[in-house]
Order: sequence, then C-alpha cells, then structure tokens
Amino acid sequence: MNTLLTIKLPAKLENLERMVKSVSDCARAQGFGQKRTSEIELAAEEGLVNIIHYSYPEKSGEVEIICSADDDYFMIELIDSGIAFDMTSLSDPDVNAGRDERKIGGLGVFLIKKMVDEVKYRRENDRNILDLIIMKEKSG
Amino acid sequence: MEIQTRREKGAIIVSVKGRIDALTAPEFEKNLSDWISKGESTFLLNFSELEYISSAGLRSILATSKKLKDSQGKILFTGLKGPVDEVFKISGFHSIFKIVDSEETALKEI
Repeated sequence: MNTLLTIKLPAKLENLERMVKSVSDCARAQGFGQKRTSEIELAAEEGLVNIIHYSYPEKSGEVEIICSADDDYFMIELIDSGIAFDMTSLSDPDVNAGRDERKIGGLGVFLIKKMVDEVKYRRENDRNILDLIIMKEKSG
Repeated sequence: MEIQTRREKGAIIVSVKGRIDALTAPEFEKNLSDWISKGESTFLLNFSELEYISSAGLRSILATSKKLKDSQGKILFTGLKGPVDEVFKISGFHSIFKIVDSEETALKEI
C-alpha cells in the first residue's frame, strides 16, 4: 500500500471538518465517485467523532489519520493514544424498533460498518488503530 | 448548514441546506427545540437541499421526535435524496417516520 496522506491533529471537534475533508479529497483523487466519496466521508466522520468524544475522557490527545491505497483497496487508519476502546465490538442498534423503543445512540458505529467494506480494530503500543477498508470501484 | 423556517397551515416548515454533521447538529436540534418550547408541535422537514447527514443529525431527529411525543406532536419529512435518503433507509428511519413526496402532500396530511 502506498501512503497518500498522514495528518495528526488534536482530537477536537473544531478539527473535524479539516480531517474529514482531507479524507474525502484523498478518496476523490483515488477515483471514487460522488456517492462512494460521500459514504467514505460519513464513515470517517463517525470514526473520528467517536475518538473525539470517548478516547480522551480526562486528558487531551491527538488523532492521526493515514490514508493509503493499492490497486484494489483504499484504506483509512484512525489512530489515537486514548483509553483502549474497540468500537467494532458494540452491538448494532435495532433498526427495526419502533420510534418509541428506538434508543438514541449506537448509530455511528453501525453506519461505519454499513459504509465501508471492512472495519478492523487493533490495540498496538497503547494506541487504538481502526482500519476502514474500501474496495476500489472497478471501471468497465 | 442553512436553516429556513416558515409557517403554513399550522405547520412549521423547516428547510435545511448543506450538511447536518457533528458540528452543525446541535444548531439544527436547537432550532427545532426552540419552536417546541414556543408551543409548536407540527413540523415538516424539507431536506431537498440537504446533501449530507451523519449519526449526529439522526440523533437530533430522534431526540426531537421524543420531545414531540410528549406534546402529541408530529414530524414529517420530504425531499430526501442521495446520501441522506440512503442513511435514512439504512438506519430504519424510513419505517419510523412519515416521509412524503412533496410539501403539498404533507400539508394535506397535516
């Protein structure tokens, strides 16, 4: 995989727009169309918002984004040094529940799983690493 | 995100343009809850110029609908398209909310 982008910023909501835009610019440059780019952008936002909200409950910290690609895949790695948290382990919300039973929350991670082809989590050197893997669109 | 509101036939029509994401969702939710605190209970959300919604926006919608339930209020949607329509479908919002094809249809329903 070739690294296309590395960006490290304080894990704060004020940096979200910049971080998400970097990812979608990268996806667009890899040839993804408007629809797929928007889905990739959504997955990136949901992953980043989770890190911003939950990884650093007591201290401030950073989040690093690495985008890479080869002929078949585009990959986004979201890395933080916060508390160990595997967001992929959360159970999916019941999307068939009625309005009154619907719980507020849990939708973010669910959307990530739906928007990308594979989500992988690992804890390595006291860091959370979330890989969002997207298959390249084949032309023709 | 830009929000325009107007009143028609007893309903508050809220047109949202741009993006409802983690940054803009609080403003979107506050706009709706301000109307609810003024006693309004019937809302039509026109999303025809909305390009993007994330789970933060869905949470705001769910929270608003829970508030409206206490006042026996109603919330309808129109103009869903592209990624917004897709996110509504995936999240099951198509089955818990009333989605109509136009403002005119919505106003007849209300």
